[in-house]
Amino acid sequence: MGMTMSQKILADHAHLESVNAGQLIEADLDLVLGNDITTPVAIRVMDGIDKKEVFDKDKIALVMDHFIPNKDIKSAENCKTCREFALRHELSHYYDVGAMGIEHALLPEQGLTVAGDLIIGADSHTCTYGALGAFSTGVGSTDMAAGMATGKAWFKVPSAIRFVLKGSLNKWVSGKDVILHIIGKIGVDGALYQSMEFTGEGVKSLSMDDRFTIANMAIEAGGKNGIFPVDEEAISYMEAHGKRPYKAYEADPDAEYAAEYEIDLSALKSTVAFPHLPSNTRTVDEIGERIKIDQAVIGSCTNGRISDIRVAAEIIKGKRIAPNVRCIVIPATQAIYLEALEKGYIKTFIEAGAIVSTPTCGPCLGGYMGILASGERCVSTTNRNFVGRMGAVDSELYLASPAVAAASAVKGYICGPEEN
Amino acid sequence: MNTEGRAFKYGDNVDTDVIIPARYLNIQDRKELAGHAMEDIDKEFVKKVKSGDIVVARKNFGCGSSREHAPQVLKDSGVGCVIADTFARIFFRNAINIGLPILECPEAAEGINSGDEVSVDFDTGEIVDKTTGKSFRAEPFPEFMQKIIEKNGLVGYINS
Repeated sequence: MGMTMSQKILADHAHLESVNAGQLIEADLDLVLGNDITTPVAIRVMDGIDKKEVFDKDKIALVMDHFIPNKDIKSAENCKTCREFALRHELSHYYDVGAMGIEHALLPEQGLTVAGDLIIGADSHTCTYGALGAFSTGVGSTDMAAGMATGKAWFKVPSAIRFVLKGSLNKWVSGKDVILHIIGKIGVDGALYQSMEFTGEGVKSLSMDDRFTIANMAIEAGGKNGIFPVDEEAISYMEAHGKRPYKAYEADPDAEYAAEYEIDLSALKSTVAFPHLPSNTRTVDEIGERIKIDQAVIGSCTNGRISDIRVAAEIIKGKRIAPNVRCIVIPATQAIYLEALEKGYIKTFIEAGAIVSTPTCGPCLGGYMGILASGERCVSTTNRNFVGRMGAVDSELYLASPAVAAASAVKGYICGPEEN
Repeated sequence: MNTEGRAFKYGDNVDTDVIIPARYLNIQDRKELAGHAMEDIDKEFVKKVKSGDIVVARKNFGCGSSREHAPQVLKDSGVGCVIADTFARIFFRNAINIGLPILECPEAAEGINSGDEVSVDFDTGEIVDKTTGKSFRAEPFPEFMQKIIEKNGLVGYINS
């Protein structure tokens, strides 16, 4: 029986001819990553492991991004723990203030994640790198510690759901709408323990930024990983950013899939996930009522890339953010920030009454830089709208694309970009 | 190995943000952190929970973030076992890796009521609701995972 794309990567890294869904394997890792929240726990776990040295100082990436620049003394101490660990082990890829960005935007940009890689990260959105054709998945701090010490991790080989994409997206519709549509369709556990493999002629119409957003939110459907074929678009991205050779894997023609969905990209509309689950979706034209907002956030590992910032700037340009709405824009990396500055997007935001922050995960997980008060509503380009995710337990979070968030910030209520 | 205690029952999709809100993730002291377990879904939880008690929930328990703090605060609060229809995969890994016993058993997850006295035998997978007299059986772990659990988590497994 043939293997899926994910299974082929796992088989190669486990030095096996083939693997089957459900099989438990131990596989070699190309990259192990962690952030300022999960790494201190992993460092503590490593203290208990007999082997004290890291397996490869070039294959570990520590990115200080969640509560960075340090939001308080405890965060500063956590960051210090990571910094000292990175220095002690002479890690090649330690990213602190000045070099840091949101990890899942930063690492592909730095060329550290390429097609064919097997990557684990102590952050659930590690699945983002599947956009480039890597098998990457989120784990906890103990797995991270074991990975740093041994260069290996255990995996249960997943089965896969195949999403066959056709057509192309309409204006203002983006990767965020694709993945929200899919999560709305299959549910927050619709791909539990499974790979989400995206394929079909529609893939070529999606930009790399769209693909990063789609793969990023595979976890929001319960998926183990999301993965795209390695086409010209992916190759040209890796050649522009890459420092390492890549390997393109393809699913076998006779690979078995647990389920298959056909998604007509041209039929998709701007989509919003209502509180308190990413699967609670409606298209913008289905909303009906006028949902007033107190805040709009444009950023995160899901939607803080340059095309996200550009779309938001295009919509906001020459307009004002609605009275009593706080609009917070967070470019995901220093390079994205700089490009936004050079292209005039930052000026556009500030003139409109929005603010622009240094890269940070900050508000996405209710850390800082835009916490919601009791009863407040926010439209956000982030990835989760669970109870209390961005602040008060009775605040409300609506997930949407940068186009919808920007248009809503201008109007003061949730709406599509067509209304502007 | 077994546990016995009172059931705390929740619904579908209990996510890691309600198990331990991110606003507390800067805390490294485990006892202090455990004082905020389940705070956003059940303010009474930390006041009531006793050693050996059992969390029972339905589908996709532990969905969301990869934070290992989530199974850790449950373990540090005294929770002896989590029973659910299904677990989100990162939570599942993390629980095994840190040695928090978890069982997938939809029948028990449905049948057990909040406040019931429940006993769990991890060797046989037998779950008994002493309040109602009903018993259930969960699937045992694959051998590989049993080895990790026997070694009290992934660290012990690697060291061996």
